[in-house]
Amino acid sequence: MFIEVMPVNKVIDLFVTFLKIGAFTFGGGYAMIPLIQREVCENKKWLNDDDILEIVAIAESTPGPVAINAATFVGSRTAGTVGAVCATLGVVLPSFLIISVISYVLRAFQESRAVQYAFMGIRAGVLALILKAVYTMFRSAKKHGVSYFIMAAALVLTALLKTDAVFVIIGCGTFGLVWSLIFGKKGED
Amino acid sequence: MILLELFLTFLKIGAFTFGGGYAMLPLIQSEVERHGWLTQAEVVDFIAVSESTPGPLAINMATFIGIRTGGILGAVCATFGVVLPSFVIILIVAKFYEKFRKSRVVDGVMFGLRPAVIGLIGAAFLSVGMTVFFPNGLKSAVFSNAGLWTSLGIFTAGAVLAFRKVHPIVIIAVSAVMGIAAGYAMEL
Repeated sequence: MFIEVMPVNKVIDLFVTFLKIGAFTFGGGYAMIPLIQREVCENKKWLNDDDILEIVAIAESTPGPVAINAATFVGSRTAGTVGAVCATLGVVLPSFLIISVISYVLRAFQESRAVQYAFMGIRAGVLALILKAVYTMFRSAKKHGVSYFIMAAALVLTALLKTDAVFVIIGCGTFGLVWSLIFGKKGED
Repeated sequence: MILLELFLTFLKIGAFTFGGGYAMLPLIQSEVERHGWLTQAEVVDFIAVSESTPGPLAINMATFIGIRTGGILGAVCATFGVVLPSFVIILIVAKFYEKFRKSRVVDGVMFGLRPAVIGLIGAAFLSVGMTVFFPNGLKSAVFSNAGLWTSLGIFTAGAVLAFRKVHPIVIIAVSAVMGIAAGYAMEL
Protein backbone atom coordinates (compact mmCIF):
# COMPACT_ATOMS: atom_id res chain seq x y z
CA MET A 1 0.00 0.00 0.00
CA PHE A 2 2.55 2.53 1.16
CA ILE A 3 4.95 1.59 -1.61
CA GLU A 4 2.33 2.58 -4.15
CA VAL A 5 1.79 5.95 -2.51
CA MET A 6 5.51 6.67 -2.29
CA PRO A 7 6.89 8.21 -5.52
CA VAL A 8 9.93 5.94 -5.87
CA ASN A 9 11.18 7.50 -9.09
CA LYS A 10 11.01 10.97 -7.65
CA VAL A 11 12.94 9.89 -4.59
CA ILE A 12 15.73 8.39 -6.68
CA ASP A 13 15.70 11.49 -8.86
CA LEU A 14 16.11 13.66 -5.74
CA PHE A 15 19.07 11.59 -4.61
CA VAL A 16 20.81 11.80 -7.98
CA THR A 17 20.10 15.53 -8.39
CA PHE A 18 21.58 16.37 -4.99
CA LEU A 19 24.48 14.01 -5.57
CA LYS A 20 25.27 16.13 -8.62
CA ILE A 21 24.85 19.37 -6.68
CA GLY A 22 27.13 18.09 -3.89
CA ALA A 23 29.78 16.96 -6.35
CA PHE A 24 29.97 20.23 -8.28
CA THR A 25 29.76 22.94 -5.64
CA PHE A 26 32.96 24.43 -4.34
CA GLY A 27 32.88 26.56 -1.20
CA GLY A 28 29.64 24.96 -0.05
CA GLY A 29 26.52 26.61 1.31
CA TYR A 30 25.55 29.75 -0.52
CA ALA A 31 27.57 28.78 -3.60
CA MET A 32 25.12 25.91 -3.91
CA ILE A 33 21.96 28.02 -4.17
CA PRO A 34 22.24 28.95 -7.88
CA LEU A 35 22.87 25.30 -8.73
CA ILE A 36 19.87 24.17 -6.69
CA GLN A 37 17.75 26.77 -8.42
CA ARG A 38 18.78 25.60 -11.88
CA GLU A 39 18.30 21.91 -11.15
CA VAL A 40 15.23 22.04 -8.94
CA CYS A 41 13.30 24.91 -10.55
CA GLU A 42 14.35 25.10 -14.19
CA ASN A 43 15.17 21.47 -15.00
CA LYS A 44 12.95 19.42 -12.69
CA LYS A 45 10.24 22.02 -11.99
CA TRP A 46 9.78 20.65 -8.47
CA LEU A 47 9.69 24.11 -6.90
CA ASN A 48 9.50 27.71 -8.11
CA ASP A 49 11.84 30.65 -7.59
CA ASP A 50 9.91 31.95 -4.59
CA ASP A 51 10.52 28.64 -2.85
CA ILE A 52 14.25 29.14 -3.34
CA LEU A 53 14.07 32.53 -1.62
CA GLU A 54 12.21 30.84 1.22
CA ILE A 55 14.93 28.23 1.47
CA VAL A 56 17.64 30.88 1.74
CA ALA A 57 15.67 32.72 4.44
CA ILE A 58 15.11 29.52 6.40
CA ALA A 59 18.68 28.28 6.02
CA GLU A 60 19.88 31.57 7.46
CA SER A 61 17.70 31.37 10.53
CA THR A 62 18.17 27.72 11.41
CA PRO A 63 21.36 26.12 12.69
CA GLY A 64 23.57 23.85 10.63
CA PRO A 65 25.25 23.91 7.24
CA VAL A 66 23.28 25.83 4.58
CA ALA A 67 23.72 22.95 2.12
CA ILE A 68 22.06 20.46 4.47
CA ASN A 69 19.26 22.86 5.32
CA ALA A 70 18.56 23.45 1.63
CA ALA A 71 18.70 19.76 0.66
CA THR A 72 16.43 18.69 3.52
CA PHE A 73 13.93 21.45 2.75
CA VAL A 74 13.74 20.73 -0.98
CA GLY A 75 13.51 16.97 -0.35
CA SER A 76 10.75 17.33 2.21
CA ARG A 77 8.75 19.75 0.03
CA THR A 78 9.08 17.48 -3.00
CA ALA A 79 8.65 13.99 -1.56
CA GLY A 80 8.16 14.19 2.21
CA THR A 81 10.50 12.77 4.83
CA VAL A 82 11.87 10.00 2.59
CA GLY A 83 12.65 12.67 0.00
CA ALA A 84 14.47 14.71 2.65
CA VAL A 85 16.60 11.71 3.60
CA CYS A 86 17.52 11.01 -0.04
CA ALA A 87 18.35 14.62 -0.91
CA THR A 88 20.48 15.04 2.22
CA LEU A 89 22.29 11.75 1.67
CA GLY A 90 22.94 12.78 -1.93
CA VAL A 91 24.44 16.15 -1.03
CA VAL A 92 26.68 14.65 1.69
CA LEU A 93 27.98 11.60 -0.18
CA PRO A 94 30.40 13.22 -2.70
CA SER A 95 32.12 15.28 0.05
CA PHE A 96 32.38 12.26 2.25
CA LEU A 97 33.99 10.07 -0.40
CA ILE A 98 36.34 12.74 -1.75
CA ILE A 99 37.57 13.78 1.69
CA SER A 100 38.10 10.16 2.74
CA VAL A 101 40.41 9.64 -0.21
CA ILE A 102 42.18 12.99 0.26
CA SER A 103 42.90 12.39 3.93
CA TYR A 104 44.87 9.25 3.05
CA VAL A 105 46.70 11.00 0.22
CA LEU A 106 47.61 13.92 2.52
CA ARG A 107 48.90 11.56 5.18
CA ALA A 108 51.14 9.87 2.64
CA PHE A 109 52.67 13.16 1.50
CA GLN A 110 52.71 15.18 4.73
CA GLU A 111 56.41 14.47 5.37
CA SER A 112 57.37 15.90 1.97
CA ARG A 113 59.14 19.27 2.22
CA ALA A 114 57.38 20.64 -0.85
CA VAL A 115 53.99 19.84 0.71
CA GLN A 116 55.00 21.50 3.99
CA TYR A 117 56.13 24.64 2.14
CA ALA A 118 52.95 24.62 0.07
CA PHE A 119 50.82 24.54 3.22
CA MET A 120 52.90 27.32 4.76
CA GLY A 121 51.82 29.45 1.80
CA ILE A 122 48.27 28.14 1.76
CA ARG A 123 47.69 29.04 5.43
CA ALA A 124 48.43 32.69 4.62
CA GLY A 125 46.11 32.46 1.60
CA VAL A 126 43.28 31.03 3.75
CA LEU A 127 43.72 33.92 6.16
CA ALA A 128 43.12 36.29 3.23
CA LEU A 129 39.94 34.36 2.31
CA ILE A 130 38.62 34.68 5.88
CA LEU A 131 39.37 38.41 5.86
CA LYS A 132 37.36 38.77 2.65
CA ALA A 133 34.46 36.80 4.16
CA VAL A 134 34.34 38.99 7.30
CA TYR A 135 34.53 42.15 5.20
CA THR A 136 31.71 41.05 2.87
CA MET A 137 29.44 40.10 5.79
CA PHE A 138 30.26 43.32 7.62
CA ARG A 139 29.40 45.37 4.52
CA SER A 140 25.98 43.72 4.18
CA ALA A 141 25.17 43.86 7.91
CA LYS A 142 22.62 46.26 9.38
CA LYS A 143 24.39 49.44 10.46
CA HIS A 144 23.17 50.47 13.87
CA GLY A 145 24.43 50.69 17.44
CA VAL A 146 23.01 47.47 18.83
CA SER A 147 24.34 45.49 15.89
CA TYR A 148 27.86 46.93 16.32
CA PHE A 149 27.67 46.24 20.05
CA ILE A 150 26.78 42.57 19.50
CA MET A 151 29.53 42.16 16.86
CA ALA A 152 32.13 43.65 19.22
CA ALA A 153 30.90 41.62 22.19
CA ALA A 154 31.03 38.35 20.22
CA LEU A 155 34.52 39.20 18.94
CA VAL A 156 35.94 40.13 22.34
CA LEU A 157 34.30 37.22 24.17
CA THR A 158 35.54 34.64 21.65
CA ALA A 159 38.96 36.02 20.72
CA LEU A 160 40.18 37.60 23.96
CA LEU A 161 38.21 35.97 26.77
CA LYS A 162 38.18 32.54 25.08
CA THR A 163 34.50 32.05 25.85
CA ASP A 164 33.02 28.89 24.34
CA ALA A 165 31.39 29.82 21.01
CA VAL A 166 28.25 27.92 22.07
CA PHE A 167 27.75 30.34 24.98
CA VAL A 168 28.41 33.31 22.72
CA ILE A 169 25.71 32.08 20.32
CA ILE A 170 23.20 31.41 23.12
CA GLY A 171 24.04 34.73 24.79
CA CYS A 172 23.75 36.85 21.63
CA GLY A 173 20.54 35.10 20.55
CA THR A 174 18.97 35.68 23.96
CA PHE A 175 20.15 39.28 24.02
CA GLY A 176 18.69 39.89 20.56
CA LEU A 177 15.37 38.34 21.55
CA VAL A 178 15.04 40.29 24.80
CA TRP A 179 16.14 43.55 23.16
CA SER A 180 13.72 43.24 20.24
CA LEU A 181 10.80 42.27 22.52
CA ILE A 182 11.40 45.26 24.81
CA PHE A 183 12.50 47.97 22.38
CA GLY A 184 11.29 46.57 19.07
CA LYS A 185 14.02 46.85 16.47
CA LYS A 186 14.66 50.46 17.22
CA GLY A 187 17.60 51.96 15.41
CA GLU A 188 17.32 49.48 12.58
CA ASP A 189 16.88 50.97 9.13
CA MET B 1 34.03 5.75 22.98
CA ILE B 2 35.84 7.95 20.47
CA LEU B 3 32.97 7.32 18.06
CA LEU B 4 30.38 8.57 20.54
CA GLU B 5 32.59 11.54 21.40
CA LEU B 6 32.92 12.43 17.71
CA PHE B 7 29.19 12.10 17.18
CA LEU B 8 28.28 14.27 20.18
CA THR B 9 30.91 16.92 19.44
CA PHE B 10 29.76 17.34 15.86
CA LEU B 11 26.13 17.23 16.92
CA LYS B 12 26.91 20.26 19.08
CA ILE B 13 28.78 21.98 16.23
CA GLY B 14 25.85 21.32 13.88
CA ALA B 15 23.32 22.61 16.38
CA PHE B 16 25.11 25.86 17.16
CA THR B 17 26.37 26.99 13.77
CA PHE B 18 24.39 29.67 12.01
CA GLY B 19 25.21 30.98 8.57
CA GLY B 20 27.37 28.01 7.68
CA GLY B 21 30.97 27.81 6.54
CA TYR B 22 33.42 30.06 8.33
CA ALA B 23 30.93 30.77 11.13
CA MET B 24 31.62 27.30 12.47
CA LEU B 25 35.39 27.85 12.73
CA PRO B 26 35.55 29.13 16.32
CA LEU B 27 33.45 26.15 17.40
CA ILE B 28 35.58 23.66 15.50
CA GLN B 29 38.79 25.27 16.74
CA SER B 30 37.79 25.14 20.39
CA GLU B 31 36.33 21.62 20.24
CA VAL B 32 39.28 20.19 18.33
CA GLU B 33 41.70 21.82 20.76
CA ARG B 34 39.81 20.63 23.82
CA HIS B 35 39.91 17.03 22.59
CA GLY B 36 43.44 17.33 21.20
CA TRP B 37 42.32 15.98 17.82
CA LEU B 38 44.28 18.28 15.51
CA THR B 39 46.72 21.18 15.91
CA GLN B 40 45.53 24.70 15.01
CA ALA B 41 47.82 24.63 11.96
CA GLU B 42 46.20 21.40 10.81
CA VAL B 43 42.77 23.02 11.15
CA VAL B 44 43.90 25.89 8.91
CA ASP B 45 45.43 23.45 6.41
CA PHE B 46 42.19 21.63 6.32
CA ILE B 47 40.13 24.76 5.65
CA ALA B 48 42.24 25.07 2.49
CA VAL B 49 41.56 21.46 1.51
CA SER B 50 37.83 22.01 2.13
CA GLU B 51 37.81 25.11 -0.04
CA SER B 52 39.48 23.28 -2.90
CA THR B 53 37.24 20.21 -2.87
CA PRO B 54 33.53 20.14 -3.69
CA GLY B 55 30.92 20.04 -0.97
CA PRO B 56 29.98 21.99 2.15
CA LEU B 57 32.81 23.03 4.48
CA ALA B 58 31.01 21.54 7.48
CA ILE B 59 30.73 18.09 5.92
CA ASN B 60 34.32 18.18 4.68
CA MET B 61 35.60 19.18 8.13
CA ALA B 62 33.53 16.57 9.95
CA THR B 63 34.61 13.80 7.58
CA PHE B 64 38.26 14.76 7.81
CA ILE B 65 38.45 15.12 11.59
CA GLY B 66 36.41 11.94 11.96
CA ILE B 67 38.72 9.92 9.74
CA ARG B 68 41.87 11.25 11.42
CA THR B 69 40.65 10.35 14.89
CA GLY B 70 38.43 7.32 14.40
CA GLY B 71 38.93 6.01 10.87
CA ILE B 72 36.06 5.55 8.43
CA LEU B 73 33.58 4.81 11.22
CA GLY B 74 34.71 7.99 12.95
CA ALA B 75 34.03 9.91 9.74
CA VAL B 76 30.54 8.42 9.52
CA CYS B 77 29.77 9.35 13.16
CA ALA B 78 31.11 12.92 12.87
CA THR B 79 29.30 13.57 9.58
CA PHE B 80 26.06 12.07 10.86
CA GLY B 81 26.38 14.25 13.96
CA VAL B 82 26.88 17.51 12.06
CA VAL B 83 23.98 16.76 9.69
CA LEU B 84 21.39 15.56 12.21
CA PRO B 85 20.38 18.85 13.93
CA SER B 86 19.86 20.62 10.56
CA PHE B 87 17.90 17.72 9.21
CA VAL B 88 15.50 17.41 12.15
CA ILE B 89 15.00 21.16 12.53
CA ILE B 90 14.30 21.69 8.81
CA LEU B 91 11.81 18.82 8.74
CA ILE B 92 9.90 20.53 11.56
CA VAL B 93 10.22 24.02 10.07
CA ALA B 94 9.06 22.81 6.62
CA LYS B 95 5.79 21.71 8.22
CA PHE B 96 5.20 24.92 10.16
CA TYR B 97 6.74 27.31 7.68
CA GLU B 98 4.20 30.15 7.95
CA LYS B 99 4.37 30.19 11.74
CA PHE B 100 8.14 30.10 11.64
CA ARG B 101 8.37 33.01 9.20
CA LYS B 102 6.08 35.23 11.21
CA SER B 103 7.49 34.27 14.59
CA ARG B 104 8.66 37.26 16.63
CA VAL B 105 10.85 34.94 18.66
CA VAL B 106 12.78 33.68 15.61
CA ASP B 107 13.01 37.26 14.38
CA GLY B 108 14.35 38.48 17.71
CA VAL B 109 16.89 35.70 18.08
CA MET B 110 18.17 36.37 14.54
CA PHE B 111 18.42 40.08 15.40
CA GLY B 112 21.09 39.03 17.89
CA LEU B 113 22.66 36.18 15.92
CA ARG B 114 23.36 37.92 12.61
CA PRO B 115 25.90 40.37 14.05
CA ALA B 116 27.22 37.68 16.43
CA VAL B 117 28.22 35.51 13.48
CA ILE B 118 30.29 38.40 12.09
CA GLY B 119 32.03 38.75 15.46
CA LEU B 120 32.70 35.00 15.53
CA ILE B 121 34.27 34.99 12.07
CA GLY B 122 36.31 38.03 13.14
CA ALA B 123 37.58 35.97 16.07
CA ALA B 124 38.41 33.10 13.70
CA PHE B 125 40.39 35.57 11.57
CA LEU B 126 42.44 36.65 14.61
CA SER B 127 43.20 33.13 15.80
CA VAL B 128 44.05 31.85 12.33
CA GLY B 129 46.26 34.96 12.00
CA MET B 130 48.15 33.96 15.16
CA THR B 131 48.66 30.46 13.76
CA VAL B 132 49.89 31.81 10.44
CA PHE B 133 52.21 34.58 11.64
CA PHE B 134 53.34 33.28 15.03
CA PRO B 135 53.21 29.51 14.93
CA ASN B 136 54.45 28.52 18.37
CA GLY B 137 55.99 25.21 19.21
CA LEU B 138 57.25 24.57 15.70
CA LYS B 139 60.15 22.18 15.36
CA SER B 140 60.90 22.93 11.75
CA ALA B 141 63.47 25.58 10.89
CA VAL B 142 61.14 26.68 8.11
CA PHE B 143 59.38 29.07 10.46
CA SER B 144 61.93 31.75 11.11
CA ASN B 145 61.79 35.50 10.82
CA ALA B 146 61.97 34.97 7.09
CA GLY B 147 58.91 32.76 7.47
CA LEU B 148 56.97 35.61 9.07
CA TRP B 149 57.76 37.97 6.18
CA THR B 150 56.92 35.30 3.64
CA SER B 151 53.54 34.70 5.29
CA LEU B 152 52.87 38.45 5.38
CA GLY B 153 53.73 38.72 1.69
CA ILE B 154 51.51 35.81 0.69
CA PHE B 155 48.68 37.07 2.89
CA THR B 156 48.86 40.51 1.25
CA ALA B 157 48.90 39.02 -2.24
CA GLY B 158 46.00 36.71 -1.31
CA ALA B 159 43.98 39.62 0.10
CA VAL B 160 44.50 41.70 -3.05
CA LEU B 161 43.30 38.76 -5.18
CA ALA B 162 40.37 38.01 -2.85
CA PHE B 163 39.11 41.60 -2.96
CA ARG B 164 39.32 41.48 -6.75
CA LYS B 165 36.90 38.57 -6.55
CA VAL B 166 39.39 35.97 -7.77
CA HIS B 167 38.07 32.46 -7.09
CA PRO B 168 39.23 30.94 -3.75
CA ILE B 169 40.71 27.88 -5.48
CA VAL B 170 42.95 30.12 -7.59
CA ILE B 171 44.06 32.01 -4.46
CA ILE B 172 44.89 28.74 -2.70
CA ALA B 173 46.85 27.50 -5.73
CA VAL B 174 48.80 30.77 -6.01
CA SER B 175 49.55 30.71 -2.26
CA ALA B 176 50.80 27.14 -2.50
CA VAL B 177 53.16 27.99 -5.35
CA MET B 178 54.45 31.07 -3.50
CA GLY B 179 54.94 28.98 -0.36
CA ILE B 180 56.95 26.34 -2.21
CA ALA B 181 59.08 28.97 -3.98
CA ALA B 182 59.75 30.86 -0.73
CA GLY B 183 60.48 27.64 1.17
CA TYR B 184 63.13 26.45 -1.25
CA ALA B 185 64.55 29.98 -1.56
CA MET B 186 65.03 30.09 2.23
CA GLU B 187 67.01 26.87 2.07
CA LEU B 188 69.61 28.45 -0.20
